[in-house]
Amino acid sequence: MNGQEVAFLILAVIGGLAGLLVVTSRNVVHAALYLVVALASVAGVYLLLAAPFVAFVQVIIYVGAIVVLILFGIMLTRAPVGRRVLDNTLRARVGAFVVGAGVFIMFTVFLGGAFGDERIENQGATATEALGESLFRNYVLPFEAVSVLLLAALIGAIVLARRD
Amino acid sequence: MPLMYPLVFAAFLFSAGVYGVLARRNAVMVLMSIELMLNAVNVNLVAFNAYLRDELVSGQVFALFVIAVAAAEVGIGLAIVLLIFRNRETVNIDEVDLLRW
Repeated sequence: MNGQEVAFLILAVIGGLAGLLVVTSRNVVHAALYLVVALASVAGVYLLLAAPFVAFVQVIIYVGAIVVLILFGIMLTRAPVGRRVLDNTLRARVGAFVVGAGVFIMFTVFLGGAFGDERIENQGATATEALGESLFRNYVLPFEAVSVLLLAALIGAIVLARRD
Repeated sequence: MPLMYPLVFAAFLFSAGVYGVLARRNAVMVLMSIELMLNAVNVNLVAFNAYLRDELVSGQVFALFVIAVAAAEVGIGLAIVLLIFRNRETVNIDEVDLLRW
Protein backbone atom coordinates (compact mmCIF):
# COMPACT_ATOMS: atom_id res chain seq x y z
CA MET A 1 0.00 0.00 0.00
CA ASN A 2 1.51 3.30 -1.04
CA GLY A 3 1.18 6.79 0.39
CA GLN A 4 -1.58 7.75 -2.02
CA GLU A 5 -3.77 4.88 -0.85
CA VAL A 6 -3.09 5.62 2.83
CA ALA A 7 -4.02 9.27 2.29
CA PHE A 8 -7.15 8.20 0.43
CA LEU A 9 -8.22 5.82 3.20
CA ILE A 10 -7.75 8.51 5.86
CA LEU A 11 -9.79 11.01 3.82
CA ALA A 12 -12.47 8.40 3.09
CA VAL A 13 -12.85 7.48 6.77
CA ILE A 14 -13.10 11.16 7.78
CA GLY A 15 -15.53 11.93 4.96
CA GLY A 16 -17.65 8.84 5.57
CA LEU A 17 -17.93 9.53 9.31
CA ALA A 18 -18.80 13.17 8.65
CA GLY A 19 -21.39 12.09 6.09
CA LEU A 20 -22.96 9.73 8.63
CA LEU A 21 -23.03 12.50 11.23
CA VAL A 22 -24.71 14.86 8.73
CA VAL A 23 -27.68 12.52 8.45
CA THR A 24 -27.84 11.48 12.13
CA SER A 25 -26.94 14.63 14.08
CA ARG A 26 -29.59 16.03 16.41
CA ASN A 27 -28.62 19.64 15.81
CA VAL A 28 -29.13 21.29 12.40
CA VAL A 29 -26.15 23.63 12.77
CA HIS A 30 -23.86 20.75 13.75
CA ALA A 31 -25.11 18.82 10.74
CA ALA A 32 -24.23 21.76 8.46
CA LEU A 33 -20.73 21.92 9.97
CA TYR A 34 -20.26 18.16 9.52
CA LEU A 35 -21.31 18.73 5.92
CA VAL A 36 -18.33 21.11 5.60
CA VAL A 37 -16.00 18.32 6.78
CA ALA A 38 -17.53 15.80 4.37
CA LEU A 39 -17.31 18.20 1.41
CA ALA A 40 -13.74 19.16 2.27
CA SER A 41 -12.66 15.52 2.39
CA VAL A 42 -14.34 14.97 -0.99
CA ALA A 43 -12.21 17.89 -2.24
CA GLY A 44 -9.13 16.04 -0.92
CA VAL A 45 -10.26 12.92 -2.79
CA TYR A 46 -10.43 14.99 -6.01
CA LEU A 47 -6.84 16.09 -5.41
CA LEU A 48 -5.77 12.43 -5.02
CA LEU A 49 -7.64 11.58 -8.24
CA ALA A 50 -5.53 14.13 -10.15
CA ALA A 51 -8.30 16.73 -10.49
CA PRO A 52 -7.01 19.87 -8.72
CA PHE A 53 -9.30 22.32 -10.52
CA VAL A 54 -12.43 20.39 -9.54
CA ALA A 55 -11.08 20.21 -5.98
CA PHE A 56 -10.70 23.98 -5.75
CA VAL A 57 -14.10 24.57 -7.36
CA GLN A 58 -15.52 22.16 -4.78
CA VAL A 59 -13.98 24.15 -1.93
CA ILE A 60 -15.05 27.52 -3.35
CA ILE A 61 -18.62 26.63 -4.36
CA TYR A 62 -19.63 23.95 -1.87
CA VAL A 63 -17.78 24.97 1.27
CA GLY A 64 -17.76 28.65 0.46
CA ALA A 65 -21.21 29.22 -1.00
CA ILE A 66 -23.63 26.33 -0.59
CA VAL A 67 -22.92 25.66 3.10
CA VAL A 68 -23.19 29.38 3.85
CA LEU A 69 -26.51 29.41 2.00
CA ILE A 70 -27.69 26.41 4.03
CA LEU A 71 -26.61 28.11 7.27
CA PHE A 72 -28.65 31.18 6.25
CA GLY A 73 -31.58 28.89 5.54
CA ILE A 74 -31.23 27.37 9.01
CA MET A 75 -31.11 30.82 10.63
CA LEU A 76 -34.12 32.11 8.72
CA THR A 77 -36.31 29.08 9.48
CA ARG A 78 -35.79 29.09 13.24
CA ALA A 79 -33.70 25.93 13.51
CA PRO A 80 -35.33 23.37 15.76
CA VAL A 81 -33.16 21.02 17.84
CA GLY A 82 -33.87 17.45 18.82
CA ARG A 83 -34.60 14.03 17.44
CA ARG A 84 -38.37 14.44 17.35
CA VAL A 85 -38.60 17.54 15.16
CA LEU A 86 -35.73 16.64 12.84
CA ASP A 87 -36.27 12.93 12.23
CA ASN A 88 -39.16 10.81 11.09
CA THR A 89 -40.72 8.14 13.28
CA LEU A 90 -38.62 5.18 14.33
CA ARG A 91 -40.44 2.98 11.86
CA ALA A 92 -39.65 5.32 8.96
CA ARG A 93 -36.03 5.54 10.09
CA VAL A 94 -35.67 1.75 10.18
CA GLY A 95 -37.11 1.63 6.66
CA ALA A 96 -34.73 4.39 5.55
CA PHE A 97 -31.80 2.48 7.07
CA VAL A 98 -32.80 -0.69 5.23
CA VAL A 99 -33.03 1.20 1.92
CA GLY A 100 -29.70 2.99 2.50
CA ALA A 101 -27.86 -0.18 3.52
CA GLY A 102 -29.42 -2.04 0.60
CA VAL A 103 -28.27 0.62 -1.86
CA PHE A 104 -24.76 0.50 -0.41
CA ILE A 105 -24.51 -3.30 -0.55
CA MET A 106 -25.96 -3.37 -4.07
CA PHE A 107 -23.49 -0.78 -5.36
CA THR A 108 -20.53 -2.45 -3.65
CA VAL A 109 -21.36 -5.93 -4.94
CA PHE A 110 -22.17 -4.88 -8.50
CA LEU A 111 -19.26 -2.48 -8.87
CA GLY A 112 -16.93 -4.98 -7.20
CA GLY A 113 -18.01 -7.58 -9.74
CA ALA A 114 -17.48 -5.20 -12.65
CA PHE A 115 -14.39 -3.23 -11.61
CA GLY A 116 -12.95 -5.21 -8.69
CA ASP A 117 -9.51 -5.76 -10.24
CA GLU A 118 -9.12 -2.45 -12.06
CA ARG A 119 -6.59 0.11 -10.92
CA ILE A 120 -6.24 3.83 -11.52
CA GLU A 121 -2.73 4.33 -12.90
CA ASN A 122 -0.65 7.10 -11.39
CA GLN A 123 -0.79 10.18 -13.56
CA GLY A 124 0.00 13.86 -13.55
CA ALA A 125 -2.67 16.28 -12.42
CA THR A 126 -5.07 17.41 -15.15
CA ALA A 127 -3.94 20.83 -16.32
CA THR A 128 -6.58 23.51 -15.95
CA GLU A 129 -5.69 24.42 -19.53
CA ALA A 130 -6.80 21.00 -20.80
CA LEU A 131 -10.01 21.25 -18.80
CA GLY A 132 -10.78 24.71 -20.16
CA GLU A 133 -10.01 23.63 -23.71
CA SER A 134 -12.39 20.67 -23.44
CA LEU A 135 -15.03 22.82 -21.75
CA PHE A 136 -15.00 25.58 -24.35
CA ARG A 137 -14.38 23.43 -27.42
CA ASN A 138 -16.32 20.17 -26.97
CA TYR A 139 -18.80 21.07 -24.26
CA VAL A 140 -19.53 24.70 -25.02
CA LEU A 141 -23.26 24.10 -25.64
CA PRO A 142 -23.95 22.46 -22.25
CA PHE A 143 -21.79 25.19 -20.71
CA GLU A 144 -24.05 27.87 -22.16
CA ALA A 145 -27.11 25.90 -21.09
CA VAL A 146 -25.75 25.80 -17.52
CA SER A 147 -25.21 29.55 -17.55
CA VAL A 148 -28.80 30.12 -18.67
CA LEU A 149 -29.93 27.68 -15.96
CA LEU A 150 -27.99 29.65 -13.33
CA LEU A 151 -29.59 32.89 -14.53
CA ALA A 152 -33.05 31.31 -14.37
CA ALA A 153 -32.34 29.95 -10.87
CA LEU A 154 -31.08 33.38 -9.77
CA ILE A 155 -34.20 35.17 -10.99
CA GLY A 156 -36.45 32.40 -9.67
CA ALA A 157 -34.89 32.52 -6.21
CA ILE A 158 -35.29 36.32 -6.05
CA VAL A 159 -38.92 36.15 -7.21
CA LEU A 160 -39.71 33.40 -4.71
CA ALA A 161 -37.99 34.92 -1.70
CA ARG A 162 -38.83 38.60 -1.95
CA ARG A 163 -41.67 40.03 0.04
CA ASP A 164 -44.35 41.87 -1.87
CA MET B 1 -4.89 3.06 -6.38
CA PRO B 2 -7.61 0.41 -6.91
CA LEU B 3 -10.65 1.85 -8.67
CA MET B 4 -12.85 0.33 -5.97
CA TYR B 5 -11.58 2.74 -3.29
CA PRO B 6 -13.29 5.86 -4.66
CA LEU B 7 -16.27 3.82 -5.86
CA VAL B 8 -16.95 2.37 -2.40
CA PHE B 9 -16.44 5.80 -0.81
CA ALA B 10 -18.93 7.31 -3.26
CA ALA B 11 -21.41 4.47 -2.70
CA PHE B 12 -21.19 5.06 1.05
CA LEU B 13 -21.78 8.82 0.72
CA PHE B 14 -24.70 8.15 -1.64
CA SER B 15 -26.31 5.66 0.75
CA ALA B 16 -25.88 8.10 3.64
CA GLY B 17 -27.67 10.69 1.48
CA VAL B 18 -30.47 8.24 0.67
CA TYR B 19 -30.90 7.50 4.37
CA GLY B 20 -30.95 11.22 5.17
CA VAL B 21 -33.55 12.05 2.53
CA LEU B 22 -35.85 9.31 3.82
CA ALA B 23 -35.24 9.66 7.57
CA ARG B 24 -35.29 13.44 8.03
CA ARG B 25 -38.43 15.53 8.27
CA ASN B 26 -36.78 18.96 8.29
CA ALA B 27 -36.61 20.37 4.74
CA VAL B 28 -33.16 21.94 5.21
CA MET B 29 -31.76 18.59 6.37
CA VAL B 30 -33.23 16.91 3.28
CA LEU B 31 -31.44 19.48 1.10
CA MET B 32 -28.14 18.70 2.90
CA SER B 33 -28.63 14.97 2.23
CA ILE B 34 -29.23 15.73 -1.46
CA GLU B 35 -25.90 17.60 -1.51
CA LEU B 36 -24.20 14.46 -0.14
CA MET B 37 -25.71 12.37 -2.95
CA LEU B 38 -24.61 14.85 -5.63
CA ASN B 39 -21.09 14.77 -4.20
CA ALA B 40 -21.03 10.99 -4.41
CA VAL B 41 -21.92 11.23 -8.10
CA ASN B 42 -19.09 13.72 -8.63
CA VAL B 43 -16.57 11.41 -6.96
CA ASN B 44 -17.62 8.67 -9.39
CA LEU B 45 -17.28 10.98 -12.39
CA VAL B 46 -13.80 12.12 -11.40
CA ALA B 47 -12.68 8.58 -10.51
CA PHE B 48 -13.75 7.17 -13.87
CA ASN B 49 -12.16 10.15 -15.61
CA ALA B 50 -8.84 9.22 -13.96
CA TYR B 51 -9.35 5.50 -14.65
CA LEU B 52 -10.13 5.96 -18.37
CA ARG B 53 -7.52 8.74 -18.82
CA ASP B 54 -10.02 10.55 -21.00
CA GLU B 55 -8.46 12.97 -23.47
CA LEU B 56 -11.49 15.26 -23.34
CA VAL B 57 -11.50 15.23 -19.50
CA SER B 58 -15.25 14.61 -19.78
CA GLY B 59 -15.59 13.33 -16.22
CA GLN B 60 -14.20 16.50 -14.70
CA VAL B 61 -16.19 18.73 -17.06
CA PHE B 62 -19.39 16.96 -16.08
CA ALA B 63 -18.43 17.17 -12.40
CA LEU B 64 -18.22 20.95 -12.89
CA PHE B 65 -21.67 20.93 -14.51
CA VAL B 66 -23.08 18.93 -11.60
CA ILE B 67 -21.57 21.40 -9.13
CA ALA B 68 -23.16 24.33 -11.00
CA VAL B 69 -26.55 22.61 -11.14
CA ALA B 70 -26.27 21.76 -7.42
CA ALA B 71 -25.66 25.43 -6.66
CA ALA B 72 -28.76 26.41 -8.64
CA GLU B 73 -30.78 23.65 -6.99
CA VAL B 74 -29.86 24.61 -3.44
CA GLY B 75 -30.59 28.28 -4.15
CA ILE B 76 -34.08 27.55 -5.48
CA GLY B 77 -34.66 24.89 -2.81
CA LEU B 78 -33.86 27.24 0.05
CA ALA B 79 -36.01 29.98 -1.48
CA ILE B 80 -38.93 27.53 -1.58
CA VAL B 81 -38.23 26.39 2.00
CA LEU B 82 -38.16 30.03 3.10
CA LEU B 83 -41.46 30.72 1.36
CA ILE B 84 -43.07 27.66 3.00
CA PHE B 85 -41.78 28.77 6.39
CA ARG B 86 -43.14 32.27 5.87
CA ASN B 87 -46.58 30.98 4.90
CA ARG B 88 -46.97 28.03 7.26
CA GLU B 89 -44.53 28.62 10.15
CA THR B 90 -42.99 25.18 9.63
CA VAL B 91 -40.36 23.46 7.47
CA ASN B 92 -41.58 20.00 8.42
CA ILE B 93 -42.10 18.24 5.11
CA ASP B 94 -44.79 15.97 6.57
CA GLU B 95 -47.00 18.99 7.21
CA VAL B 96 -46.57 20.46 3.74
CA ASP B 97 -49.30 18.38 2.11
CA LEU B 98 -51.12 20.96 0.01
CA LEU B 99 -50.88 18.83 -3.13
CA ARG B 100 -51.94 15.61 -1.42
CA TRP B 101 -55.55 14.46 -1.35
